[in-house]
Amino acid sequence: MDHVKLSAHNLNLFFGSKQILKNINIDFGENQITSLIGPSGCGKSTLLRCFNRMHDLSADARIEGTIQLNELDVYDKKNPVTQIRKRIGMVFQKPNPLPKSIYENLSYGLNIHQFPKDEIPGLIESALKESYLWDEVKDELKKPAVKLSGGQQQRLCIARTVVLRPEVILMDEPCSALDPISTRKIEELILSLRKDYTIVIVTHNMQQAQRISDKVAFMYLGELIEYDSTENIFKNPRQELTKNYVGGHFG
Amino acid sequence: MKARLIIFLNWFVLLGSTLLVCAVLGIILVDIFSKGMSSVTWEFISQPPAKGMTQGGILPAIIGTLWLTLITTLFAVPFGVACAIYLNEYAFPSILTNVIRASIRNLAGVPSIIYGLFGLALFVQAFRLGTSVLSAGLTLGLLSLPYIITTTEEALKRIPNSMREATLALGATQFETIKDVVLPSALPGILTGVILTLSRAAGETAPILFTGVAFYINGLTSSVNQEFMALPYHIYMLSTQHQSIEQVRPLAYGTSVVLIAMVFLLNLTAFYIRFKNRTQQ
Repeated sequence: MDHVKLSAHNLNLFFGSKQILKNINIDFGENQITSLIGPSGCGKSTLLRCFNRMHDLSADARIEGTIQLNELDVYDKKNPVTQIRKRIGMVFQKPNPLPKSIYENLSYGLNIHQFPKDEIPGLIESALKESYLWDEVKDELKKPAVKLSGGQQQRLCIARTVVLRPEVILMDEPCSALDPISTRKIEELILSLRKDYTIVIVTHNMQQAQRISDKVAFMYLGELIEYDSTENIFKNPRQELTKNYVGGHFG
Repeated sequence: MKARLIIFLNWFVLLGSTLLVCAVLGIILVDIFSKGMSSVTWEFISQPPAKGMTQGGILPAIIGTLWLTLITTLFAVPFGVACAIYLNEYAFPSILTNVIRASIRNLAGVPSIIYGLFGLALFVQAFRLGTSVLSAGLTLGLLSLPYIITTTEEALKRIPNSMREATLALGATQFETIKDVVLPSALPGILTGVILTLSRAAGETAPILFTGVAFYINGLTSSVNQEFMALPYHIYMLSTQHQSIEQVRPLAYGTSVVLIAMVFLLNLTAFYIRFKNRTQQ
């Protein structure tokens, strides 16, 4: 593998006394798209949310093990969580634009991270272009973001993440609330983002995982069962469980 | 046939109850307005009482009630909203927060005269604020707090978590998330609760009885350490304490009209805010 961008070592996660993630070890290569697949409740979204510390606000979540972004220890108390989340962006299952204008949805992150005021319009324009949204919204940047269609909203949410120039983008089933055409557009967008970002995506859609990912990780009941190239996972899985799942026998 | 009869009876009972409640409200309003409108003139709301309150207006009572509501607002809204934000956004669910929340709910059920006695002991005597519009406003503020906290918490609960996650994932702090996204989205709900609470507080009599309301004051209340006249107490006084009750009865009804109009105006503001918010979405 090329340079390892993001990794988890001996990661365990508990909600109260219930163990959700069991001894996860995984490395994500730089500028690669990795899909996390597995049946509902297998812990893939929970794992994804470990990387940008989204469990910090859950009272009963307890995490053991380490997560590293390059050499940086993500859970080291010395590293402010706001900086971690600036470097590791996240896109959610349901589009969640802020109740503000299209422009403000992008300027919000830039403002809180104190980007120079005169650079903001340019950064917003290029992020919208990168997210294939510029042509559709360039004349109505002041329009409330909630007036956009679902697919446009999700591309806006990706643009809002991209505008901060993160190193990693985490995506939690970004297409599950969208129609096939919007899904196709988001997939094209994800593929085009690969050259600049490391992408980890949770998906329920086997075809999607095959279409977009370089590597695939299969999880089951909180364990990482198999992690390999997309081709090997779908054509020559080593584990019986993986074979049954990608073959559609359960899930 | 039987099923249809039951459906009809259900509908009839529900509609009947609704109409009954509306009818009672209507009768009260018609009664007060028919007996009071004749005394509501410009002089009535712009002049102080005259000739042992048998003539003149109720300006000091209007001013007093405005003072009172202002002080109640300044005290209860910031504390109430802050407390609700703490409970809903920061406090982890635990036995302690449940006890706090249950205590607040219970406070809403304490009779208002108890608040009056408490205000007398705490603000008037212990804090040495004397019987004044400040003491009375703070007492009414205490009375309003549980309602403001509860309605604000409900408004905050209605903001979906995905909204909070959106800004948190961009690297916003929890405080920035609350200030920039949660509060603005919850504002219509919070304002509605605040206004309904204040309009209730403006009509309270018992809590201000011991803490600063006056039978009559010469001139208008001009600072927070003075005593004051208030509309609800003025009504009470004109209808039960005056030496010639029959003669001032139209004035009592007129004062009621003014109080109801003020409360109604406040409620109308809440209604407008909700309407505006609904049409914006």
